[in-house]
Amino acid sequence: MTYSEVVEVKGFVGNFDVTIRRKPRYIDETKCTGCGECIEKCLAFAPNEWELGLGKRRAVYKPFAQGVPNVPVIDPEVCGHFTTGLCSVCSKICQADAIDYDQKDEFITEKFGVIIMATGFDQLDTSVYGEYGGGRFKDVITGLHLERMLEPSGPTGGHVIRPSNYKPAKRVVFIQCVGSRDEAKGMPYCSRICCMYTAKHAILLKDHVPDSQSYIFYIDIRTAGKNYEEFYKKAQREAGAIYIRGRVSKIYEKGDQLIVRGADTLIGEQIEVEADLVVLAAAAVPRGGAKELAKMLNIPCDDYGFFSEAHPKLQPVESVTKGIYVAGSCQFPKDVPDSVAMAGAATIKACSILSHDELTIDPKVAYVDPEVCSGCLNCIAVCPFDAIVAEVVNGKQVASIVQSLCHGCGNCASACRTKAANVRGFSDDQIYAQISAPFSPREEKSVEGAR
Amino acid sequence: MKVLGKQENVHEFRDEILALCGEDTSNCVQCGKCTASCPIAPEMDLQPSQVLRHVQINSRKPVLQCSTIWLCASCETCSSRCPEGIEIATVMDTLRKLAVEEGLATGQEQIVAFNEIFLDSIKRHGRVFELGLVMRFNMASRQPLKDAHLGPVMLGKRKLSLLAHNIREKATVREIFRKSRRFFLGDKTGEAAD
Repeated sequence: MTYSEVVEVKGFVGNFDVTIRRKPRYIDETKCTGCGECIEKCLAFAPNEWELGLGKRRAVYKPFAQGVPNVPVIDPEVCGHFTTGLCSVCSKICQADAIDYDQKDEFITEKFGVIIMATGFDQLDTSVYGEYGGGRFKDVITGLHLERMLEPSGPTGGHVIRPSNYKPAKRVVFIQCVGSRDEAKGMPYCSRICCMYTAKHAILLKDHVPDSQSYIFYIDIRTAGKNYEEFYKKAQREAGAIYIRGRVSKIYEKGDQLIVRGADTLIGEQIEVEADLVVLAAAAVPRGGAKELAKMLNIPCDDYGFFSEAHPKLQPVESVTKGIYVAGSCQFPKDVPDSVAMAGAATIKACSILSHDELTIDPKVAYVDPEVCSGCLNCIAVCPFDAIVAEVVNGKQVASIVQSLCHGCGNCASACRTKAANVRGFSDDQIYAQISAPFSPREEKSVEGAR
Repeated sequence: MKVLGKQENVHEFRDEILALCGEDTSNCVQCGKCTASCPIAPEMDLQPSQVLRHVQINSRKPVLQCSTIWLCASCETCSSRCPEGIEIATVMDTLRKLAVEEGLATGQEQIVAFNEIFLDSIKRHGRVFELGLVMRFNMASRQPLKDAHLGPVMLGKRKLSLLAHNIREKATVREIFRKSRRFFLGDKTGEAAD
């Protein structure tokens, strides 16, 4: 279901009620043949988000060529029909009569058994780095921009150019760890992917522009993966990339050149490189809105906003909430092989739940004794998993635990004033018995038999 | 400060070393094992790994002027321990030759003089003439009486001789000198083949 957004999730494993907002495409998917006539004839333009603003797209557009389904979408913020009401070229040109300007948001609620989170990551906004231009220099771009430039069907047709004057870029400086491993302005963690994609860029650059030269400023090169070290050495030896160990302190303009001032800590000296283009390896950060989404699904996030796995070693694809799985970079930045492996693992975990008629859960969950419960429902407020519901038993309002949601954390047991709520295996009586056991006088046992 | 300018071919120095001695310094990953294993490293102004680093970034002058290449004893510990298999001692040797050729071996006159006198002795006699070597070096280093008291003792024990001994195949040694000089100073890529 594309061009849709989850707005509400209720229920629990096997019984999720998910409300989805289907945004209006203004094009009837059932009629559209994907011929693309409307795109060609559209008169309004906007910066192309997929090309990170390097190119333009029309108001009727397909976000990217491989998008599924092969149906364009109309951007009402740019489209002449919505902004001025005068244009309706696309609806006139469409032979399938698929244009429908009157489409509205559509809300649908469906039942799902499990949910797999795979929302990916964002790139850090590098404008916080004033020393790297802070967005002032047109020729300072990010790795993602270069990725688009190197794409043969991209905005520059596979040519690496300087955005300031559209001339070819020959001397390219790459700066690693922009926002990664930086506790002051960025993120303390290593983004994991930049070393390898920069090596790839250096190799591709040499491939596309044989007389180019790349310089790579780095702190450490982290090539943990099959054939990764060999790939890095290929960038050095075959593509002739010069790796310079040290962070860049500033970039400044001199004529139409950029001067990159850094240090080569291997010789212990400052170093300056004249560059046509500077490529920043911006940190991978949690997707915008990830925290809100986590709140909606009741799954925990780490300090940065990446979805937390249930256990870092033994349950890497499960979230703490049963029936919700995480895959890919929404859990932490990772490369393609790791993402694919994680997605496969999450799918199999999800299938193993769906293939059974009954769900096996940990027995150490909470229970409420309806006889004792006073119905104050304080426990509902303290439950982090929304596992407690109000119920009427014998005409009395009492709390009731949804066992498949409960994790046995014990919050309800400690909040319960009447001691009606307890965790199985850890009831107050059992804990008191454990405490008193070591302090009670030891029973004299006969040791005769043992001898 | 090293400036990598627009017109600069950053691989120029590396390519030159590669053509002269066949060692590719860009294979160096700067692990520092050569520096760690060098017995003379504490005395050097640039560490062996830093010498290779300078070559990698086309930083010519600091390398050819450093004391490292002259203090290197060619013990080849670095070469035998290098995980990338670079013959670092060979690189040092090539750098020494380049430094002499370009007149950049400044600050190490004594070492350069010793090398020249030593090689000259080999060229003349086919082997080292110890007494001549010592005396010429003492004159060149302006310390004529250095170790002079050892002379009579060593002469008495027949460790030194007053006259030079020549080897039989002196002409062959001279031919070696002629060829290697032409190889090094001549066309750096072409003539090496013959």
